[in-house]
Amino acid sequence: MNAVTLQNISKSYQDVKAVRDVSFEVKKGELFGLIGADGAGKTSIFRILTTVLLADKGTATVAGFDVVKDYKAIRDRIGYMPGKFSLYQDLTIRENLEFFAAIFGTTIDENYELIKDIYDQIKPFSDRRAGKLSGGMKQKLALCCALIHKPEVLLLDEPTTGVDVVSRKEFWAMLKSLQEKGITILVSTPYMDEANLCERIALIQNGRIMSVDTPENIIKSFPVKLYAAKSDAIYKLLKDFRAAPVVDSCYAFGEFLHVTMKGNRETGSSELRDLAIERGHTHVVVQEITPGIEDSFIRLMNEKTEVSAHQ
Amino acid sequence: MTVLGFLLQKEFRQIRRDTTILRIMFALPVIQLIVFPLAMDFDVKSVNISIVDQDHSTYSQKLISKIASSGYFKIVGAETSFKKSLTYIENGEVDLVMEIPAGFERNLVREGVQKIGISVDAINGTKAGISGQYLNSIIADFNANMDVNVKTSAMSQQGIINITFTNWFNPRAEYKYNIVPAILVLLLTMIGGFVTALNIVREKEVGTIEQINVTPIKKWEFILGKLIPFWIIGMIVFTLGLTISWLVYGIVPVGSFLTLYAFAAVYLVALLGFGLLISTYSDNQVQAMFVAFFFIMIFILMSGFFTSTDGMPGWAKVISNMTPVAHFVKTDRMIILKGSSFNDVKQEFLYLVAFAGVLNGWAIWNYRKTN
Repeated sequence: MNAVTLQNISKSYQDVKAVRDVSFEVKKGELFGLIGADGAGKTSIFRILTTVLLADKGTATVAGFDVVKDYKAIRDRIGYMPGKFSLYQDLTIRENLEFFAAIFGTTIDENYELIKDIYDQIKPFSDRRAGKLSGGMKQKLALCCALIHKPEVLLLDEPTTGVDVVSRKEFWAMLKSLQEKGITILVSTPYMDEANLCERIALIQNGRIMSVDTPENIIKSFPVKLYAAKSDAIYKLLKDFRAAPVVDSCYAFGEFLHVTMKGNRETGSSELRDLAIERGHTHVVVQEITPGIEDSFIRLMNEKTEVSAHQ
Repeated sequence: MTVLGFLLQKEFRQIRRDTTILRIMFALPVIQLIVFPLAMDFDVKSVNISIVDQDHSTYSQKLISKIASSGYFKIVGAETSFKKSLTYIENGEVDLVMEIPAGFERNLVREGVQKIGISVDAINGTKAGISGQYLNSIIADFNANMDVNVKTSAMSQQGIINITFTNWFNPRAEYKYNIVPAILVLLLTMIGGFVTALNIVREKEVGTIEQINVTPIKKWEFILGKLIPFWIIGMIVFTLGLTISWLVYGIVPVGSFLTLYAFAAVYLVALLGFGLLISTYSDNQVQAMFVAFFFIMIFILMSGFFTSTDGMPGWAKVISNMTPVAHFVKTDRMIILKGSSFNDVKQEFLYLVAFAGVLNGWAIWNYRKTN
């Protein structure tokens, strides 16, 4: 059974098409990632699923209920953490938690087991006002508040944006353990490195879903060989490669350039090296590498742009 | 406890934490009630006058000493020409110049008619009008008591109408009786209109409404959770205001407290609806503040708060009647000063109920639409 389904969902704000014909499913108990850059339409999808925004077209269900007809049933069954910290800053940790437990008709004690691991970390500060907490603690409190009524589906909109690396790691560990407790989690993130931590991901760009699969499969489906290259004059190398007719795509990636070539060539890396040396580059390094999610994302993004340019 | 109970508990906690707003809400009635009535006194007590006496006769001397002894005027200059006296007005040193022409006494006795010139500095319109009137009535009185006139009237047996008048409900026509009830209305207006609008918009601005919207809280619970605390605070502030007007000015409502509180209660609901309405149209506190300020300026200037609505042109009266404030300012004065019973002000009560219904209904309707 699917915990979340979307079928041909579209949403426009005046002239801006935020979500275009989006369909995907999240299986029960799955940790599903929605990966895309800022402005890709992630938050709009979350707002539609949390029943606060009506889609222009299409249908969606959460926990088996329709987002339009049974929105009340959904609100009892989901936990939502908006991208922006949305708890009462002038109430303490404990008061926030008590308040959100109370409006769902439950108490902290009733579902304490679920939040225990997370709450224990912020418990020493339970009398501190939420506005005075650090970013990581705010995020943990928000997660506690979203979990306090034992939701079936947890919807997390960019929970790790603006949080330090250590807290992000901790947070993903928490999500894993929540998933083990049987909660379906739909999480969005602009960070490609977090995609590998999800069971399945959907890559989204300009309101369109580009691909839905496991991270491994998405990487495996990268159709050509990928090379990493660098030299002393990295920017000149980028321009030279982009000008070369054999090169399909070339973009900066950390200290290296990631390059793909037209056609399937066995001798790609030596061809590139020769090309660079021919143009007067020194200390040239070219090696074949396995692509990451980000490489797949960029390739899919370019393919989509070419398709829409031809239309 | 119900969901509404928890919302109220949360709301009161937040209000208590925001000590600045809390202090202002309670300092407001004290400061406004103590400072405004004392500062905003429209009684004109000292008018500076310059007199140009070109006659120097017994009659002109009598008139001048009558003006000087009236207590309202302070003679600061006596010049020989009108031109010289006018420089006093130009420099703002006097408010009035009175010119007694040469031959004043002779013309009066012989021909029975004489003109006196009065020039008033009308920069401050109210003061100009009132001091001009004072001087007029002194001259009229002087005129009536002149021995020439007394003799002629006795001879011709002409009927003279003597006017005596009494100020009802405010015997000494003191300004404080006018302004104190109005300030009580202003207090409720500030709390109902401003504080509520800002409070709800803050939930939007901070983003907490996003979290609230995905919970099973119903709209009416959320709205009542916002309105009830400020209604209670409004009633406390109103009571505080009544206590201060009794302690400081000795003003005790002549009419029944029940009627007064019934009006205050309904008025507050109407104004809370107004605040709620503003909050549904604004995205942040700055917007809400400006919109609320714009309307509250209209409310205060058009409602008969300072100036009587009776003197307004017809179209302005229509606008005035379309503000809830006008109706409460009117009845509030009637109940406190005149002791009007509920029956006397029944119609105004219905107006306020209508305002409360329309404003709240509109706000709730619009609130639903935006989500």
